[in-house]
Amino acid sequence: MSNQMLAETIEMEGFGGDQIEAYYARPLGAGPYGSVVVIHHMPGYDEATKEITRKFAYHGYQAVCPNLYSREAPGASPDDAAATARAKGGVPDGRLVGDVEGAARFLRSQSASNSKVGVIGYCSGGRQAFLSACSVEVDAAVVCYGAFIVSDPPAESPSKAKSIVHLAPNVRCPILGLFGAEDKFPTPQEVAQLDAELNKYSKEHDFHIFEGAGHAFFAVDRPSYRPEAANEGWQKVWTFFGKHLGG
Amino acid sequence: MCTYVTEHVEIAGSGKGANGWFKLGEASVYFDHPVHVPLEHSLNIDFLQPELGPSARVAVELDVASARRLAEAILSTLSQVPKELTQG
Repeated sequence: MSNQMLAETIEMEGFGGDQIEAYYARPLGAGPYGSVVVIHHMPGYDEATKEITRKFAYHGYQAVCPNLYSREAPGASPDDAAATARAKGGVPDGRLVGDVEGAARFLRSQSASNSKVGVIGYCSGGRQAFLSACSVEVDAAVVCYGAFIVSDPPAESPSKAKSIVHLAPNVRCPILGLFGAEDKFPTPQEVAQLDAELNKYSKEHDFHIFEGAGHAFFAVDRPSYRPEAANEGWQKVWTFFGKHLGG
Repeated sequence: MCTYVTEHVEIAGSGKGANGWFKLGEASVYFDHPVHVPLEHSLNIDFLQPELGPSARVAVELDVASARRLAEAILSTLSQVPKELTQG
């Protein structure tokens, strides 16, 4: 194993046939490799999320992170793009589904692909990873502290996100859920509600709530970072994707 | 926590961004994750000119006490100016 990898900015086809920017990292061996769609957090397609994308390549996966704000802010810096998207209430669900479908299609079309594709998302991307598990042909999904899955955002919020728990019967792949005990969005009670809903429909899932961690405990560049929870969380991700994506 | 709590204010003035001065048309005031200040949440203000695109932005991220002091300082300063200069 050479450990060689390549990471670069590409264009891929997203929702409605739009060409959108994406960050693509993959090992340079012959494969076959499992693949992962990385859904960035609300602060956007930033350096930290690109680092996560490269982490998947290091661990033997093809990984692509679509810039979900490509349309609002083509060519803008990630923080400016995130501010614009935020002011518009976030990414519409239908467009997100189309972009994740496009990313999965792109990954499966690569010659080194083993045709298995998973999805992982953080923060607002955690909700979007659950939405993808309900709506896109993926083989596994990891939901990292996704809020507004079982409840709507506060009334004063301009967010377009709404509860999507009614989609639980449509879940089409195993889900790994990683949450913080001190998080308020989602609260442990909301995590328990989602757990119960997935149990009701006999959907395979494995939820973990880490003590001493709140929202965004994976974010290494933020004060919310909790190394113990993050390290344990990453181990669970490798085990889960190893089982379901053959990585 | 992504609060999404936001107030949009129509403003008139100018701001200096990465490419120099530009005319401002709008401000967004919101409480959410910052990009730079090492806090989990901050009071953020974006001074914007939407017509010029997303990069026409002057951004600040403040801790809560600073934001309150700034808001009070703005009102205090304006109250000390002769009325004929601040009318209209």
